[in-house]
Amino acid sequence: MAEQDPAAAAAGSGSDSEEGEDGERRHRRLLEAISALSGRKRRRLAERSEASGQVSEFNVTCKGAGEKLDLSELLQPIHPKSKLGSVRKELVRVKRKAAVELPLSKEEAKRVVREAAYVTTSKDVGKWQQVVLQNRRAEQLVFPLRQDIATVTPLERVTSAWKARTPLEQEIFGLLHKTQQPVTDPLLTPEEMASLQAMSLEEAQRRRAELQKARAVQSYYEAKARRTKRIKSKKYHRVLKKSRRRQALKEFEQLHKSDPAAALARLEELEQLRMQERMSLKHQNKGKWARSRAIMAKYDLEARKAMQEQLARNKELMQKVRVEPPEEELCEVPEEDTTALPVPSGASGANPWMLGKPSGPAPEPEAQEGPRDDTVPGAMENKDEEEEEELSEEEALLQDFEQKRRERTGSPEGLGEEHGADEAEAGAKDLGDNPVPPACAEELRDNPVSPACAEELRDNPVSPACAEELGDSPVSPACAEELVSTGLEPPAQAQEQLLLSEQLRRVQTMEDVESLAKEELVESSLEQEKLVAPRAGKQAQQQEEGRAGDRHAKKTPAKRKMISLEALLDGKPQEMDCPSLPVVLEEEEGGMEQRGMITEAFAGDDVVADFRREKRKAEEEAKPQPVNLVLPGWGEWGGTGLKPSARKVRRFLIKPPPAPPRKDQFMPHVIMSEKRNIHAAAHQVSELPFPFERHQQFERSMRTPVGPTWNTQRAFQKLTAPRVITRTGHIIQPISAEDVPDTAPGSGTRLGEEAVAGGKAVPGKKAVPGKKAVPEKKAVPGKKAVPGKKAVPREKAQHCRTR
Amino acid sequence: MRVKVLSRNPDDYVRETKLDLQRVPRNYDPALHPFEVAREYTRALNATKLERVFAKPFLSSLDGHRDGVNCMAKHPKSLSTVLSGACDGEVKIWNLTKRQCIRTIQAHEGFVRGMCARFCGTSFFTVGDDKTVKQWKMESPEYGEEEEPIHTILGKTVYTGIDHHWKEPVFATCGHQVDIWDEQRTSPKCSLTWGFDSISSVKFNPIETYLLGSCASDRNIVLYDMRKSTPLKKVILNMRTNTLCWNPMEAFIFTAANEDYNLYTFDMRFLESPVMVHMDHVSAVLDVDYSPTGKEFVSASFDKSIRIFPVDKGHSREVYHTKRMQHVITVKWTSDNKYILCGSDEMNIRLWKANASEKLGVLAPREKAAMNYNQKLKEKFQFHPQIRRIAQHRHLPKSIYCQIKEQRIMREARRRKEMNRRKHSKPGSVPFVPERKKHIVAVVK
Repeated sequence: MAEQDPAAAAAGSGSDSEEGEDGERRHRRLLEAISALSGRKRRRLAERSEASGQVSEFNVTCKGAGEKLDLSELLQPIHPKSKLGSVRKELVRVKRKAAVELPLSKEEAKRVVREAAYVTTSKDVGKWQQVVLQNRRAEQLVFPLRQDIATVTPLERVTSAWKARTPLEQEIFGLLHKTQQPVTDPLLTPEEMASLQAMSLEEAQRRRAELQKARAVQSYYEAKARRTKRIKSKKYHRVLKKSRRRQALKEFEQLHKSDPAAALARLEELEQLRMQERMSLKHQNKGKWARSRAIMAKYDLEARKAMQEQLARNKELMQKVRVEPPEEELCEVPEEDTTALPVPSGASGANPWMLGKPSGPAPEPEAQEGPRDDTVPGAMENKDEEEEEELSEEEALLQDFEQKRRERTGSPEGLGEEHGADEAEAGAKDLGDNPVPPACAEELRDNPVSPACAEELRDNPVSPACAEELGDSPVSPACAEELVSTGLEPPAQAQEQLLLSEQLRRVQTMEDVESLAKEELVESSLEQEKLVAPRAGKQAQQQEEGRAGDRHAKKTPAKRKMISLEALLDGKPQEMDCPSLPVVLEEEEGGMEQRGMITEAFAGDDVVADFRREKRKAEEEAKPQPVNLVLPGWGEWGGTGLKPSARKVRRFLIKPPPAPPRKDQFMPHVIMSEKRNIHAAAHQVSELPFPFERHQQFERSMRTPVGPTWNTQRAFQKLTAPRVITRTGHIIQPISAEDVPDTAPGSGTRLGEEAVAGGKAVPGKKAVPGKKAVPEKKAVPGKKAVPGKKAVPREKAQHCRTR
Repeated sequence: MRVKVLSRNPDDYVRETKLDLQRVPRNYDPALHPFEVAREYTRALNATKLERVFAKPFLSSLDGHRDGVNCMAKHPKSLSTVLSGACDGEVKIWNLTKRQCIRTIQAHEGFVRGMCARFCGTSFFTVGDDKTVKQWKMESPEYGEEEEPIHTILGKTVYTGIDHHWKEPVFATCGHQVDIWDEQRTSPKCSLTWGFDSISSVKFNPIETYLLGSCASDRNIVLYDMRKSTPLKKVILNMRTNTLCWNPMEAFIFTAANEDYNLYTFDMRFLESPVMVHMDHVSAVLDVDYSPTGKEFVSASFDKSIRIFPVDKGHSREVYHTKRMQHVITVKWTSDNKYILCGSDEMNIRLWKANASEKLGVLAPREKAAMNYNQKLKEKFQFHPQIRRIAQHRHLPKSIYCQIKEQRIMREARRRKEMNRRKHSKPGSVPFVPERKKHIVAVVK
């Protein structure tokens, strides 16, 4: 209608005739309506209508007459330009305005945007769903997910980046520059550089190896020296001392032979040393300690004398004697010494070159030899004096050496050969000498008995061992002596070290070092052997010399004594072997005894019977007890001494049904109790914990042990693998698309795409692979068959292997 | 005649090298090793006891601030470096290995409200009460240089928090609105608003780095998308959320520390109800930080304690407190998952072990194996009453203990009242509301 109205208006303004027609039509319609009201159907009169309605003379149908008329069509101009253009525009505008909807409110618009954004964003985030689930379910996670290899920036770069700014720093830098110390790059001074260039690599290596070797050898020697120093055996030290002396003598001899002038110089040197020692008064018997020692020794002797002579001794006299003897001996011994021919070989143990006397051919050893070898306190005092004397008469020794040399030169064999021979001989001698102990014993026996050597008697203690000890214990004189002797030795030892360092063999590995250590052990034992050998060699020499027969005779016992000591040393282990058997026997006896004691102590206990009794008791207790409901006095007389009648008792004593058979019925050694144990209940789980659905599940989980006692190492490791592994000192970055392997299932395809787009080779494989449980793979339906899928089990297997 | 002799394969008993361990043949016949459950139980018990004996989590206290510590930041590249800002505007950089302050900056007038380090670790940003955002170099100034910020941005309003993008040179501040800044510009790239209340904290998602979460003082949590520069959704809770933290391993999970003593873990796709409600604190929770493994988080509370919660558990597994520690304002979990740092009112930063009984330092392989075994045993027998009792025992200061008791009573009373109401009203008129839904007021799209 809205459309028609304006159309009508426009038409009205066009022509009046149309209006008349309209009125007629209305009238007709009205008539029709009225006739319809009457209810009767009227015959409709045929009506005439104008032909122009249907047919037009221009052969144009009028069918569109009923259709809506478009106003703009009416306004279509005949000529392209008309005045109605503006009207038409307005009309179009009006029409369009009616079609536009009302805009949304600002709030609502924003909300729509938000909702859309939220949906897309949550979808974006949702692609992590699978990864998250997988990580949550994973048995083990290893962090950081991406394990980078740490790179170390070189020092040069670090230093080059740094510059001196403070005055102090600048000053320091200035100094460094002045001395041409490198500040940044090569970290070597020009000199160092030059030296580096000068020295070829091989040379440097060789030198380094040498140095290493030298250092190693030195350290071994130090260790060895420390070890020997720590040895407490006096005997060992004594023997060592002697051997050293001998060694020194031998060396000196050799020197003498090879270069007499040097030997002489050496002697002089020694003399100097000795003189110094003497000047210092160190070794006189005036020392407090020495005196007390002397007194002690004397005291012992006196006691014996008292036994022998049965004479009461005057204390004062004694003291006099005590004080005097040293003096006496002081003057005595020189006399003796002057007469005595010192043993050139130094077998006596004193420094060999201190024994030499000018009066060589006047041997009177008998009196001297005894004390010297026995190292009795008295002898010790003697020795000191002797030393002095001997030292003053080095020439004698020299002569002796010369003599020896002369003898030797007679046989043209080389030194080494001679040595070999000597040693061989020494071995023979040793063998021969070994049965010395009896001889020694003989001597000992002889010594006290023979009244002839009263002096010796007085000086010699009863047992040689005792004498040895006594001789050893006075350290100061002996020590001093040693000092003199060792004063010589350091150079020798230094030489030895160098010698060792010049070995051909290299010490490179631990095994080498160990073998070296072993060698040292062997060496030390060898040395002990050597102690015997050279001396024996000397002896042989002396024998060769063919000196005075009596001297020989007198010397040999002394030697034998020396040997006897070693024999004693050797003999010791043999003695040690013996007691083992009786000890074992004793133990066995002890065991038996103990068993007996135990049986005795627990004689009254009959455990088996006790147990039986206990079981019987338990059985009795477990039996259901009859319930007694008998009330005395009901229905009959009651009172003290009256019992309820048997009938009543029968009636009211309720017997319970018998208990089911006991489970331990046929187990005589077991008592089974089915009572609830409160103490155990404190440790038991009372209700089923959450993740379990049935108590069987829980029990099963408890029953499987995880400890190494019940599982193999591998299984144990697997069972106890921690849930989360982190590396100390490593930053754990948040997860990122690169961390997720392309095997990441589900909608994570996009994640995978991203990873590929990122151009990374998906290093995350190591990161997430920690997850072993990937069972839900198949659960994701819309997932493509990712090629990497199969990789996961393999990885799993790897992990199993590595863990 | 055949003579039987013992013959053994040397491969079975000869070591390949001297350094190998001697092979000890073992018989795993279960009959030879009886009572496995009982024995393992004893071991587990002992392990639990030892764990408790050695649970000494407190390592050290870093003192030096002259006012309460208001915020902290981790160095993204260095484990030993930690930054802290105090209420007097002072920023300190600490060396954790030396336990020393290595640098002090007077950064702001008034509070340092927030700070964050740039992802590359070369600089850091601070915001303060003086309406400025400042960028500082991480390195201390060279000799003769002055301690000056690289950039200073003067804003119109106070900024209350700042967080840096995890990969791009973009950071976000919050105050009256969330502003996203390009580092190179002095005006924000875009401002995101939804409602008009001060926003207390804003955090970038570490995984999907275009996502942001913020919490405002009109009790809501709003999520934003930086790409479309539009907010996404808003949740209104019963009470104000102080801060939130995204899970570094699970892109859509975040945890909000709330004034109502609880923490709420949300899945951002389903904000209608939280995934988990973590309740144990007895006062407002002020800060929360996730462990880098994403399995646990630590929360700092006004009740002078910090608690460690497993993500999937409603209650804490650990509570740390000391006599001198006051209201804990800020807390951080170090990036190696080993330590926890907390800054509190009384000007100290405290260093704790994340695992109270963990042995620090290098462990021998045998030690490690024993540790793993003990851990496994503890896990296996955790339901046994005695073990549980020992393992769960913690000491609490009396104040917290009493408050917990009080709150338990209150909760019980509330529950009873509701039960009674339900009992005496028409069935269905008083519905059961699950705990998770109780605290959510509305979700606004």
